[in-house]
Amino acid sequence: MSSSAFLPALLAILLDGLATAAWAEPPAARQKELIHLVRQDCGSCHGLTLQGGLGPALLPATLAGKPVEGLVATIMGGRTGTPMPPWHRFLAEDEAQWIVDKLMAGFPE
Amino acid sequence: MKRIAQLFFAGLMVVLLSACAGASLRGTGDLGLVIERASGHVTLVNTSSRQPYARIGGLGDLSHASVVYSRDARYAFVFGRDGGLTKIDLLQGLIVKRIMQSGNAIGGSISQDGRIVVAQNYTPGGIKAFDSETLELLSEVPAEYEPGRFSKVVGLADVPGNKFAYALFDGGEIWVSDFSDPKRPVTRRFPAGLQPYDGLVTPDGRHYLAGLFGEDGIALLDLWQPEKGGRKILEKYGRGEEKLPVFKMPHLRGWSVAAGRAWLPAIGRHEVLVADATTWKETARVAVKGQPVFVMASPDGRQIWVNFAFPDNGWVQVIDTLTGKVVQTLQPGKAVLHMEFTPRGEAVWVSARDDNRVVIYDTRTFRQLGDIPVQSPSGIFFTSRAGRIGF
Repeated sequence: MSSSAFLPALLAILLDGLATAAWAEPPAARQKELIHLVRQDCGSCHGLTLQGGLGPALLPATLAGKPVEGLVATIMGGRTGTPMPPWHRFLAEDEAQWIVDKLMAGFPE
Repeated sequence: MKRIAQLFFAGLMVVLLSACAGASLRGTGDLGLVIERASGHVTLVNTSSRQPYARIGGLGDLSHASVVYSRDARYAFVFGRDGGLTKIDLLQGLIVKRIMQSGNAIGGSISQDGRIVVAQNYTPGGIKAFDSETLELLSEVPAEYEPGRFSKVVGLADVPGNKFAYALFDGGEIWVSDFSDPKRPVTRRFPAGLQPYDGLVTPDGRHYLAGLFGEDGIALLDLWQPEKGGRKILEKYGRGEEKLPVFKMPHLRGWSVAAGRAWLPAIGRHEVLVADATTWKETARVAVKGQPVFVMASPDGRQIWVNFAFPDNGWVQVIDTLTGKVVQTLQPGKAVLHMEFTPRGEAVWVSARDDNRVVIYDTRTFRQLGDIPVQSPSGIFFTSRAGRIGF
């Protein structure tokens, strides 16, 4: 690879990384609200400890291997034929992304 | 001198005995407990003084916890989400016994004779019967509705004859298990409909109703004539209109019958459905502020108090059963999760989870009578439940 091709490629990788990070962090105060929403309101079906209830468990082990986009789409649009409602009135896409990210890593208290 | 000594000792004995009696003899009719869903604690309360009197910890995951009472109304059985079953002595304010009975539970009930406590479980799906004295396992009924397929169990309620009725969310059926022989229960199955989400037994123990999530309607079984099978009432109440999203499942219990009618939450509509409790035909519907969660009749049946799912969970509305109209709208606090009437209904206690308090209202004037601080309060359970069918 010549250096002229290498630089744009490196830039693309860096930008990609940047784009991934760009959605990642809602402001701290909002993060607190989102944690409360997930624990308390999602928790009414998925359990306060997210080990499941009427809805499935939302623990790292149960979510492992599931495509992130699919999980984000479920949060935003709900899932037809199940009690999962759409949350798009209360969440931005970025925030759903952040929630999925945190769920997959182990959700904060 | 001897006589004086005798009198002195007799007097001393009376003083000692009465002091002793004052400390140890007490009824439980005005006691209850409040679940602290996040901290694994319960707060024991007195509805006469409107004050807490004890707090007990170590009960595990109490999100969606519920409580039934022994027939002497002294012991509370707390069913935790994590499958914990804890027996609490209300008089001594301590845990008598605690077991882990399943991986994921949703509530329980107690038999007509008070000897059997039954837990309803999501994982593994089914019900389990325990000796109410010792919490020793007596028997279980796995909710295997098809070979190898187990359903989450909802709406467990005690019915006369040491039977329990419940519904299968995944199986779409109502089951009635007879525990006349507690170690060998006999189960009958009835079709219900798509995704029953909760159930109730009418206060006379005659009818079991299962609310359906997957279709508009409510499944009804006449327990006096089960051979006639189940049927559906309030069918197509949504009139084919698109449902509003349901951000929390409604809850049903035997408090839904008042003034000869059943008052039931609609699913995906901001309405309370009203059906005649003899013909089971729809008689009215009442527009309310949000998706109803609890639709609870006062003990005299004159009022229906309604709370709502997120995001309308800061409101409570009161319906007058005589006129069928909303007569009061209250804002008790942030995230109202539950309500409980005092035994004869002069007051109602309301839990406001995110305000960390329980607010007490006068049901006649709607004036606030007091409030008590409780961490993340959810369910409120008074001992008056001990004598009711279907709890």
